[in-house]
Amino acid sequence: MTNHRAGFLISFLLMTGLLLSSAFGQENTNSTSIQKPDDESVYAEIMKAPEKARNKRNPLAKDPDAVGAGRILFGYRCAECHGDNAEGGKKGPSLRVNEIQDAEAGAIFWVLTNGVVRKGMPVWSKLPEPQRWQLVTFIKSLGLAPTKSETSPANSRPPLGVKDSTSRHR
Amino acid sequence: MLIFRGLSLVFVLVLTVFSFAATTQAQENPYFVAYDHYLEEPGNLEIEYFSTFGTQRGGNDFHSYWIEFEYGATAWWTTEFYFDGQTTFGDSTIFTGIRWENRFRPLQREHFINPILYVEYEHKSSADKILKEGEGHDVEADFLTPNSVARQEISNEMELKLILSSTFKGWNFTQNTLAAKNLSNDPWEFGYALGASRPLALKASAKRCALCLQNFIAGIEMYGGLGDRYHFGLHDTSHYLAPAFGWNLPSGWTLRISPGFGLNDNSHQFLLRWGVSREINGFGSIVSQLFRGHR
Repeated sequence: MTNHRAGFLISFLLMTGLLLSSAFGQENTNSTSIQKPDDESVYAEIMKAPEKARNKRNPLAKDPDAVGAGRILFGYRCAECHGDNAEGGKKGPSLRVNEIQDAEAGAIFWVLTNGVVRKGMPVWSKLPEPQRWQLVTFIKSLGLAPTKSETSPANSRPPLGVKDSTSRHR
Repeated sequence: MLIFRGLSLVFVLVLTVFSFAATTQAQENPYFVAYDHYLEEPGNLEIEYFSTFGTQRGGNDFHSYWIEFEYGATAWWTTEFYFDGQTTFGDSTIFTGIRWENRFRPLQREHFINPILYVEYEHKSSADKILKEGEGHDVEADFLTPNSVARQEISNEMELKLILSSTFKGWNFTQNTLAAKNLSNDPWEFGYALGASRPLALKASAKRCALCLQNFIAGIEMYGGLGDRYHFGLHDTSHYLAPAFGWNLPSGWTLRISPGFGLNDNSHQFLLRWGVSREINGFGSIVSQLFRGHR
């Protein structure tokens, strides 16, 4: 019985320690390279998409429902890291930059499918292919982020993400 | 007493996090035994409760259950902690053990077949009935021992799995090969699990909905033992076939149910499993904020 309790306690402490260390470790990582939207290396992965993947055409590019469906999927899957308006968040870079908006739809689809595992972006192939294309359609529909002058109160426009508040990303 | 204090602290922490954590719609497979190659998103915590009702020939039916805390430590490492228990009708309700499980993704990119390495430590009593895997020569008759006797026999076990999983045109196919070693002098034991599943719709709806077909996933799994090092094969082993259904709600909850059927005389004739889980976004960040005291 003593062994039983000792084993339990050791495992419990190990688990708690791991949980906390990984949480702190993740925080540290976030505060360095991944979080900086202006760091070009963040977008290097999209350049690694092979030719075949780049040339894939988005079958849902003209689907009238794709942007709406992609917006909801983005809110569920992506906003946590990339921000509600896709302008960059706690962990992920902005998707409303030239590197993403000018990229081929196939390249974005490739990154979604493969993730950037070493830098913390999970593999999203668990979303069926049509849903990944819906996400690509939505992301491409966002365009570039407005510049500071465009975001002045006179030119302000409603956020593109799922939630209404944009303050946490500004 | 120390154990219960520790548990209380964990539950207080989890409740605190629940109270101001964001949740997200999960995209979980419906499997109870088999694993696919998808790990928990980094920093997210999934809290899961699962139950198994099992029939028992020559003895009393039972209801076993486990609580699972699944945490995405990184995009390539998921760690899980389990607490197991069971009620044998007409006998007693007891705590049966703990499990600490880790899954690692060795390859950075997605391939047609994706391997995952699985390492688990189990500290459990012989009264454990969660049937989370089929291994060795485990058969229905092993579960006849009264709880008061079975709980005295404690085992420490390491379990290794190679998970090979593929997703093709919306279908997920997975094959798990298991090797388990009781850390005493018992021989290596082996087992397997196979699974296939698919969402009922592949495209997402343009409106938020709980009953949309893409939120439902149907599948089937088969699992059982493969004997041990000295007697490898199917003789004196139990095997199960179980259709499984999952419902991923937009609120972040996932519900699962799976009726399982024994495929030979060594197996329980019927197992009914069900489970509920909820995913908490950014749990890791919340915990570090709690300890660091900054936003």
